[in-house]
Amino acid sequence: MSLLEIKDLNISYQTRKETIVASSDVNFILERGEILGIVGESGSGKSTIANAIINLIDPPGEITSGLIKIDGNELQNKEEIIQKIRGKKIGFVFQDPQTSLNPLFKIKDQLIETIQTHLHLSYDDALKKSINLLKEVGIDNAEKRIEDYPHQFSGGMRQRVVIALAISCEPDLIIADEPTTALDVSIQFQILELLKELTKKRNLGVIIITHDMGVIAETTNKVIVMRNGLIVEQGNTRDLLTNPQSTEARSLVISVPPTNKKIDRFKLISPEGKEITSTSSNLTKKIIKTWGIRENSNQKLLKVSNITKVFDDSSLSSSKKINDERVVKAVNDISFELFEGETLGLVGESGSGKSTIAKIITGLVRPTVGEIEYNKLSLYDKRKKYQIHKSRGQIQMIFQDPYSSLNPRFKVKDIIAEPLKFFQKNITKSDLQNNIEDLIDIVGMTRQSLDRYPHEFSGGQRQRISIARALATRPRLLICDEPTSALDVSIQAQILNLLKDIQDELHLTMLFISHDLPVIRQMCNRIIVLKNGNVCETNESEKLFESPNHPYTKELIRLMPKIESII
Amino acid sequence: MIKKTFIRIYDTDIGYSFFNSKIAIISSSVFFIIFLCSFFAGIVAPYNPFDPASVSLMDAFTPPVWSEGGNASFFLGTDQQGRDMFSTMIYGSRISLIVGFASIIFAMILGVFLGVTAGYIGGRYEIIVMRITDVQLTIPTILMALLVDGIARAIISRSMHDEMAIYVLIFAIGISEWPQFARVTRASTLVEKNKEYVSASRIIGLSNVLIMFKHILPNILRPILVIATIGLALAIITESTLSFLGVGVPPTTPSLGTLIRFGNNFLFSGEWWITFFPAIFLVILALSINLLGDWMRDALNPKLKKR
Repeated sequence: MSLLEIKDLNISYQTRKETIVASSDVNFILERGEILGIVGESGSGKSTIANAIINLIDPPGEITSGLIKIDGNELQNKEEIIQKIRGKKIGFVFQDPQTSLNPLFKIKDQLIETIQTHLHLSYDDALKKSINLLKEVGIDNAEKRIEDYPHQFSGGMRQRVVIALAISCEPDLIIADEPTTALDVSIQFQILELLKELTKKRNLGVIIITHDMGVIAETTNKVIVMRNGLIVEQGNTRDLLTNPQSTEARSLVISVPPTNKKIDRFKLISPEGKEITSTSSNLTKKIIKTWGIRENSNQKLLKVSNITKVFDDSSLSSSKKINDERVVKAVNDISFELFEGETLGLVGESGSGKSTIAKIITGLVRPTVGEIEYNKLSLYDKRKKYQIHKSRGQIQMIFQDPYSSLNPRFKVKDIIAEPLKFFQKNITKSDLQNNIEDLIDIVGMTRQSLDRYPHEFSGGQRQRISIARALATRPRLLICDEPTSALDVSIQAQILNLLKDIQDELHLTMLFISHDLPVIRQMCNRIIVLKNGNVCETNESEKLFESPNHPYTKELIRLMPKIESII
Repeated sequence: MIKKTFIRIYDTDIGYSFFNSKIAIISSSVFFIIFLCSFFAGIVAPYNPFDPASVSLMDAFTPPVWSEGGNASFFLGTDQQGRDMFSTMIYGSRISLIVGFASIIFAMILGVFLGVTAGYIGGRYEIIVMRITDVQLTIPTILMALLVDGIARAIISRSMHDEMAIYVLIFAIGISEWPQFARVTRASTLVEKNKEYVSASRIIGLSNVLIMFKHILPNILRPILVIATIGLALAIITESTLSFLGVGVPPTTPSLGTLIRFGNNFLFSGEWWITFFPAIFLVILALSINLLGDWMRDALNPKLKKR
């Protein structure tokens, strides 16, 4: 008998205006000892299935038909049975370890509570078992750490505790919904290794839901590709990744940035299933006509010298702060230069200070000490006040979160018009309209979208609008702060292609910030690796990947999930 | 055309929530009727109670029409001066609504301005503004209004006092309500100012004034609207309380509170209707606004939505 069997599962959300089908006719089987990966773009219904198995679908969603069987027992819509099984037979690992543990309880209490609910153990036995569990998931000094509260653990450690909770009652099935998305590369590697090891040791069935093809390639045996609630393809991971059949699976595989080589443009799959290389065909010609071509001189555009940033509100004078060993420096004495026409990558894990550097260059945050020169003009005056007029809008930025980077009360055309009007005070109405239309053409959107509001667009489309706004001031330096980390992989490929096209045609200089090494490799000529606010290594992109010098860089490159590992 | 517009309104989330909430429909229609009546008081009211020609002391103390001695021409009876109760109430509610709206708009402008600037600029300015609101909130509304009224009495000459009374009242109520607006606006501004669209505007180089009032303000209007609605009911009640205590509008242009005060003298001598009807009217008015505000708070907050 298979561990989990799902047959013709249909789930729909009844809303006032329409019925949204979140999954239709889903069939799959999971055996013990197997790791099954579910991939798909956001909204494809992958989390819905996981929630259906433990009956945690939020109303108005409901299972309309189909069977969910665990060891032959039917589960669907039977709350009494599921409550006994949830936690005992099925363990669940959530995405965000910051919120999936109750911050008011000690780790001990959370573990013991779960264990005593499902297994009939005395308090002392449960405590002993909890300590062993923590040891099993790799937490050192478990006897002592068990007395700690969740906030005393780091993100990765907390995810280990969540996994310990999930396996505490000896479940047969573990469902992990994006278990490593919120974690850094090195911790992601450890958590995935831990899941693999537990699967083997305890003969578990594991379902991993993720959007990261690298994770799929490195951990799973079987994989399911979903789109709009339908399973479009399923099979053995190696077969599916090397020889995908459906358009969706091909599109997912082909848009993953390769980790072992640099490619010029991402290939894309059209909805009909044809391979297309590039979509832009001199769209920028019109705007170049009005703007004039800016020649790249290869000279120094930006010079960052010895900037340090301390986030601290205490009244210490800045010179004292710098010399105080105890203060945390978000950015510590960093200097680099950016030459016109190149793309410089800043890469590092969370807390490495890469976003802070971007904010200091754009004047959103003042440096505690340090100098920034743009085009030989100092951007900060003696009192550390940002001199925005000196860059005249030539430094622009594209943000990480496409959902908060556009003002929801503005129409798209007003969003793009604002910088145009600001920099050309006496622009005529027809010129303004032409400029807006040119910009929306460049980023590959229809002109009808100008009259709509941001909430009517998907994440990728919003990011395009965001790019159009950034281009409106005719920037020379474009700072991209994790521009694709909130997007699906096929959309990411499109946006990265677009950025490359724009850079080539408009001769832009770019500062590209990301935690994603393969993306950085595809985009940048030169890369700076950061850790805890310090520079580890600066090198040409290819040299850095082929022969990294710093041990930290080496580790990052070794641990990043590689889709090629299986092909 | 009208049908189309209606369908479009019905189709929005807020419209749908409105037309599916009995409380919202009833309370808004009650409020709307009262509003229209008081706005067109000259047409709606059968008598003009402030026209001495139409008032006769002979008619004084006529009880409501259904009780013994009632007169069909005075549906709800008359007061001690022979004025028709129904007409007086309609004219009285006009004063109440004017004072309510004006003072809440005054409080809103002041509170929102201070709230947005405090939230956005921060630093020492924010600390000063927020401490002032804290201090202000420890003083009860009525006490604050009495204080303002007392000071105004001392400053303004006796002959001007009756003319100025309504402005003093508006100022007094407005000044005691603004901290609510300032607090909520500041909190919402703090959330909005960290969003990336604000950063984008700053990088473009827009001035702080433009960012605060063109970008942030439209995004925080919802909570402000809710507070304004609930505040309106509160302002009307405060006005009535002050008038009841005798420090509100002058007796020559009575508001609902003034009417209740007059009637209160006759409550135990059998002429109950003189105070009863204005009081009920005030309760209905305040309740309908409050319920409307409650519904609005639920409808505008997606987290409280049941479906």
